[in-house]
Amino acid sequence: MAAALAGGSIALELTHPLRYVLRLADTALIHAQRLAEWCGHGPVLEEDIALTNMALDLLGQARALLTHAAHLHNGVQGGGLDEDQLAYLRNEADFFNLTLVEQPLRKSSAHAPGGDFADTVLRNFLLATWFKAVWMGLSSSTDVELRGIAAKAVKEARYHQQHAGDWVVRLGDGTPESARRLQAALARAWPYTAEMFAGDAVDEAASSTGLGPARASLRGAWLSEVQEVFAPALLPVPADTPFLSTGTQGRHSEHMGFILAELQSLQRQFPGGRW
Amino acid sequence: MTMPSTSTQAEWPLWEVFVRPKAGLDHKHCGSLHAADAALAVQLARDVYTRRQEGVSVWVVRSSDITASDPGDKAMYFDPMADKVYRHPTFYELPAALDHM
Repeated sequence: MAAALAGGSIALELTHPLRYVLRLADTALIHAQRLAEWCGHGPVLEEDIALTNMALDLLGQARALLTHAAHLHNGVQGGGLDEDQLAYLRNEADFFNLTLVEQPLRKSSAHAPGGDFADTVLRNFLLATWFKAVWMGLSSSTDVELRGIAAKAVKEARYHQQHAGDWVVRLGDGTPESARRLQAALARAWPYTAEMFAGDAVDEAASSTGLGPARASLRGAWLSEVQEVFAPALLPVPADTPFLSTGTQGRHSEHMGFILAELQSLQRQFPGGRW
Repeated sequence: MTMPSTSTQAEWPLWEVFVRPKAGLDHKHCGSLHAADAALAVQLARDVYTRRQEGVSVWVVRSSDITASDPGDKAMYFDPMADKVYRHPTFYELPAALDHM
């Protein structure tokens, strides 16, 4: 069994492969959680459904990855972890998502502007393009389960990329107001993209064992597809910044705790509750 | 048909959506939606009308491009057909030799 911490949280024995899978799982999970905030609030009914569909696709990917992560953990540690425990009973420092997906999306706050539809379409596009590269890289994984998850998810990512990319072009090459808002959204999001391509021992181990691609190897394909959409959207690719976010190391921005409070509150108050 | 000239101009145009449930079957009208242009209409039709595996192909047509019969003409257009059962092939008895047609 996984060790129990105060408050019913679980503690994990983290191996490199487990961290690698959790980075992808948590990025999909938290991105889904943010997108779900649009449910019932979309700018038009049709786009409301489109955004919610995407959130559900990502949640499905997160579920498959978390189930696999639980198997990896149980294989090493024994015990009966499952997807729900991983999602609802981990503490913040045991989540390894990209920091970008934690940032406020629909609701802005005093410390984080945003809340603009332009932020949503841009983040969707940047992430779908990244996920597509990840899934394609995982198509040759030595882990047969990951290969299966990737084969299904890459189709979803392709559609997310097309739909979000079309919106980026519409807003970028739309009215002066839509272009201004999209450029502001890009200025907010871009510094967080560096983490998509950072590298550490987890990436090196994944790459050398054939588990999956190191993040740094994805940058070429990602940037060229981003440029293909930015050009007709009249968006310049911003310069790189020295800032490097650290969500994939378990060190999160101030927004993460609030997301987990909302995401986990039910299982924390009613442990093991089912309905 | 006359339309109010101002009230709907800020809205996206309306599109009729046709979905083919599976290969070999016809596209069937399944509803309508608003979208800025044809490309977005196809994407939103995919999201709104095929999210429960309803189809393998989508058509969209601008609603304004459809010419419809006038409901006021219903009596003269369609009522005269009510008493002409001989237009159905089943009205005719086939010779026994052709019984399995």
